[in-house]
Amino acid sequence: MIPPTFEYLRPESLGEALRMLPDAGEDAKVLAGGQSLMPLLRLRLAYPDTLVDLDRVAALREIRDDGDALVVGATATHHQVMNDPLVRRFAPLVAAATATVADPAVRHRGTFGGSLAHADPAGDLPAVALALDAVMLARSASGGDREIPARDFFVDWMTTALEPDELLTGVRLPKAGPGWGFHYEKFHRTAQAWAIVGVACAVRRVQGAVEDVRIGLTNMGSVPVRASAVEERLGGNALSDGALREASELAAEDTAPPADLHGSAEYRSHLARVLTRRALGAATAR
Amino acid sequence: MTEIGRARLRSEDARLVTGRTRWTDNLTPAGTLHVAYLRSPHAHARIDRVDVEAAKGRPNVVAVLSGADLAAEQGALPCAWQVTEDMRLPAHPPMAVDEVRYAGEPVACVVARDRYSAVDALEDIDVDYTPLPVVVDMERAVQDGADLVHGDMGTNESYTWVFEQGDMDAAMRDAPVLLERRFVQQRLIPTAMEPRAVLCEPDGEDFTLHSATQIPHILRLMLSVVTEIPEHRIRVVAPDVGGGFGSKLQVYGEEVLALLLARRLGRPVKWTESRSEGNMAVHHGRDQIQRVALAADRDGRVRGLKVELLADMGAYLMLVTPGVPLLGAFMFPGIYKMDAYSFSCTGVFTNKTPTDAYRGAGRPEATFAIERLMDDLAAELGVDPIEVRRRNWITHEEFPYDSIAGLTYDTGNYEAATDKALALFGYDELRAEQDERRERRDPVQLGIGVSTYTEMCGLAPSRVLGSLAYGAGGWEHASVRVLPSGKVEVVTGSSAHGQGHETAWAQIASDRLGVPFEDVKVLHGDTAVAPKGMDTYGSRSLAVGGVALFRACDKVVEKARTIAAHLLEASEDDLEFGGGRFSVKGVEEAGLTIQEVTQAAFAAHNLPDGVEPSLDSDVTHDPENFSFPHGTHLCAVEVDTETGFTKIREYVAVDDVGTVVNPMIVEGQVHGGLAQGIAQALYEEAVYDADGNLTTTTMADYLLPSAADLPTFTTDRTETPAAGNPLGVKGVGEAGTIASTPAVVNAIVDALRPFGVRDVPMPCTPERVWTALREGGAR
Amino acid sequence: MPRIRVEVDGETYEDDVEPRLLLVHYLRERLGKVGTPVGCDTTNCGACTVLLDGLSAKSCSVLAVQADGRSVTTVEGLSLDGAGDHPLQRAFHREHALQCGYCTPGMIIASLDLLRDNPDPSEAEVREGLEGNLCRCTGYQNIVRAVRGAAAEMRTREVAP
Repeated sequence: MIPPTFEYLRPESLGEALRMLPDAGEDAKVLAGGQSLMPLLRLRLAYPDTLVDLDRVAALREIRDDGDALVVGATATHHQVMNDPLVRRFAPLVAAATATVADPAVRHRGTFGGSLAHADPAGDLPAVALALDAVMLARSASGGDREIPARDFFVDWMTTALEPDELLTGVRLPKAGPGWGFHYEKFHRTAQAWAIVGVACAVRRVQGAVEDVRIGLTNMGSVPVRASAVEERLGGNALSDGALREASELAAEDTAPPADLHGSAEYRSHLARVLTRRALGAATAR
Repeated sequence: MTEIGRARLRSEDARLVTGRTRWTDNLTPAGTLHVAYLRSPHAHARIDRVDVEAAKGRPNVVAVLSGADLAAEQGALPCAWQVTEDMRLPAHPPMAVDEVRYAGEPVACVVARDRYSAVDALEDIDVDYTPLPVVVDMERAVQDGADLVHGDMGTNESYTWVFEQGDMDAAMRDAPVLLERRFVQQRLIPTAMEPRAVLCEPDGEDFTLHSATQIPHILRLMLSVVTEIPEHRIRVVAPDVGGGFGSKLQVYGEEVLALLLARRLGRPVKWTESRSEGNMAVHHGRDQIQRVALAADRDGRVRGLKVELLADMGAYLMLVTPGVPLLGAFMFPGIYKMDAYSFSCTGVFTNKTPTDAYRGAGRPEATFAIERLMDDLAAELGVDPIEVRRRNWITHEEFPYDSIAGLTYDTGNYEAATDKALALFGYDELRAEQDERRERRDPVQLGIGVSTYTEMCGLAPSRVLGSLAYGAGGWEHASVRVLPSGKVEVVTGSSAHGQGHETAWAQIASDRLGVPFEDVKVLHGDTAVAPKGMDTYGSRSLAVGGVALFRACDKVVEKARTIAAHLLEASEDDLEFGGGRFSVKGVEEAGLTIQEVTQAAFAAHNLPDGVEPSLDSDVTHDPENFSFPHGTHLCAVEVDTETGFTKIREYVAVDDVGTVVNPMIVEGQVHGGLAQGIAQALYEEAVYDADGNLTTTTMADYLLPSAADLPTFTTDRTETPAAGNPLGVKGVGEAGTIASTPAVVNAIVDALRPFGVRDVPMPCTPERVWTALREGGAR
Repeated sequence: MPRIRVEVDGETYEDDVEPRLLLVHYLRERLGKVGTPVGCDTTNCGACTVLLDGLSAKSCSVLAVQADGRSVTTVEGLSLDGAGDHPLQRAFHREHALQCGYCTPGMIIASLDLLRDNPDPSEAEVREGLEGNLCRCTGYQNIVRAVRGAAAEMRTREVAP
């Protein structure tokens, strides 16, 4: 199908982009890689007045070391992120989960920030950002800079805390230190299908005990959610198969998984439990 | 080296790997107008008003027409198969006029100077609908008082077709084993990679229509019947066509309308569908509810098989819609002997996209049921599934064999194919691993599925089609023209859309005429070039069209023999033909090549009396029987009992498709067939919600397997030549699809039997496997 | 209407385009480069895959304006004489890795991208690497074989002087 008509703006700098956004109005859309937006346009499920294309804002593509954190520019592509030495070293969960997003051609175009701002709960990266306690860096011409923790960023189904004139400029990811283990467990029917459920987990062990554990769930609600009950049960306790198994049984607590073509809510809850156990097992295997 | 049996690389490939293709959408003559269709968002509604005025005012728009605007000239789309005398055949306008009966049915169209403008203008067409009750479920549709798809018919039943052979009461009475099952053949979307496209160019009273079709000849005739434009004024071209799988064996409304719009506007008119509209508007496949009962003795011998089908027609009957399930009627008994067989099928209207042929067309559905039953019978008796089949199948000494369904299987060797498959598969080792995994309660269980199938292809003997009230014959045509320079043109009525006819047909001609492969050019797919033909479907091309060519080549050789004998002053009986040369027996040096004979035939200076100049021939071949490929497929799956996910571990296919012209092409057909059959078992389903909306309109929801989802197949063959044709060929286009679906589902059920699971509905999604495990465990 | 400058298969084009014009339609309908077909609306099928500045991209999900200032390689540009002499084109032919051929341009371009990243992929890596390209005819087996065969040839060629 054919996209509807829209105005097209292509700022050359972040400043220009920020100036353009308020004028573009409520029905403007920011175009990053377009890999989520283009299908919506072609199916005429979205009718933006204006697209603001960030392609030429080179600064937004950078991935840089920021002391005890990494900052991944919003328009760094999936391809760039998963192959970036800094990301692979300090945020291996991001690299691993990004490698499961769509397919190579889509990963060449699709962007890290775009996936997060799209806020599709079936997307893989929102749950990862949530599990890592990432911080979203937003900026607007009127309000300046704002830092939004991941847990406050995903507001509702495909809705974020970003204001219409606000741009996601990057994401701050705390660097993984010693003792951390990570895993993203994605379950889908075919290689190119969306996750029915995904589990992103980060575990820090100190001398056989679980010192810190964070679990983000993909597609278990209208927004990505943390498996808080599992985290609480495991945190501070000795690590054992039995403990993982028992704690994983709590993975679906306080979730409201969707029911759709690819899985009922009940099945998703079941998967969340099984996949959480597997993800925790893999993250603590080393 | 003889050409027949040689893995020739394909002549077609050069243009396809370089992008120098002629897909219909690639063709845009100067001045072409572009069409876009407004489609019904309702599954069933009355059309109260269609307001096209605003759309007409949009930029670049040339015309906007509703169904009502074209009512006087658009006619009704054809159904060529009146399966019973009292079959109910509703009128099917190319564009709906006063009622829509499935979501996606065309309601109005825009013709514009470019495609973007045409699509934009659709949004300005205003239609008032009054929603009507929606019929989605077949079993409810046939109950008294059900809502109706066609109100004036008073019923949702189109027809009931029955077949009975043997004494069913005796077979069923006191049967020691009686298996009763309800299987659902889910609805599938054929999904050829090339979406449909049609371009119609007017030239005075003549029209040239390019279409992504499997059936240029049938389409030409039907367009003429529907539009009343004389047949000789219509030329249909199927240029490069990107797959069909039955979905382009159709006369579509968009094709009829392209012709009518080109006539009305006097300019070339083109329409190319998008995938998301195609999923709603290309005919669907399968969609049956099967109630089957199999009676057997305690030793596993089958006594009788009873089959009752409800077949979903969708909202209308299209080209061969009602006949598709009846092709299955002949195949339910499969390769087995039995005393009694009964079949009945009721065609049911629903508010869904019409169904029609999809790869296998009736035979996959039938094969699935009998092969699932044979595995269940084995489980019931505690016998190995291979053994239970051995006790029932027709042995190779018993051919030709009159099947209980009334067919004569000419040849076959089920023992040989099965033995070969078992050896390749490592059957005993896998069974041992299965036992071991069961014993240690591995969360990932192993299952082994068997499918020993046969199918009928080579459609079809015209007399048989006549007895089934089909609206045409089943012959095929071939012409051979030896050009003055000795090069050869072959014209075939069977037009390929991926099957490699340009290569295989050249091999046959090269082999029979003794000319180099490179000297043969195969022409097809254009009614002006190949005027006679019955087209490509039902694994018929080689078994009917290839045999027509074989015979046409022999006819050329016979004519050449007469001329050669005359020129050599020898008796025809004394001439031998081999390697492209006629020679006099015993006198090696006395001879003429076929090229030399051709020159003589062209010059015509010295021909025997009564022999016409030039060397060419025409043959229209009507097969006397179907052909019956068969084989044994074995599948091993690993089922994750925690998530329900199924992974195919091993897949072995041993097929017997008779004589093989090009083993490389045959293997490719098997691979592709397997992928589609496996996809029915595991992935694909067209899903409608309770309101009759298709929820799988995109490839994000209608899941097709990628390379990452499929295993490497092990394929091999046995070669039992068909007796019914001089080439010994049977057909291979559908075998893989027919055999593989039950092999996969049998494997899944086999893995899960210890958990009390007896069946998993298709597609066997992880959730369905998980649900079956929970229900099985609770039993 | 924005003006764009795009290099396609070695030739530079300058055109005014509507912002919403898809790259694949620009290639097909404006430049007449119809070797790249369209198979879906949702980035699933990959038939329209081209290289955009050397990386594979689905040209149905890229706006022509997004290609401004960039270079595009289509299947038509792999062998400039159109002879099909790129190792991948030859391997697809040799291994019977195509039937109807509609997915083939995208499949070849995606394979080229895969081999740039990984010159010696295992069977599993080829299957994973081509997950974004659907074929309905071949069951993929011969495609996998063709890609690995071409990879071997391309590796030898690189070490040759």
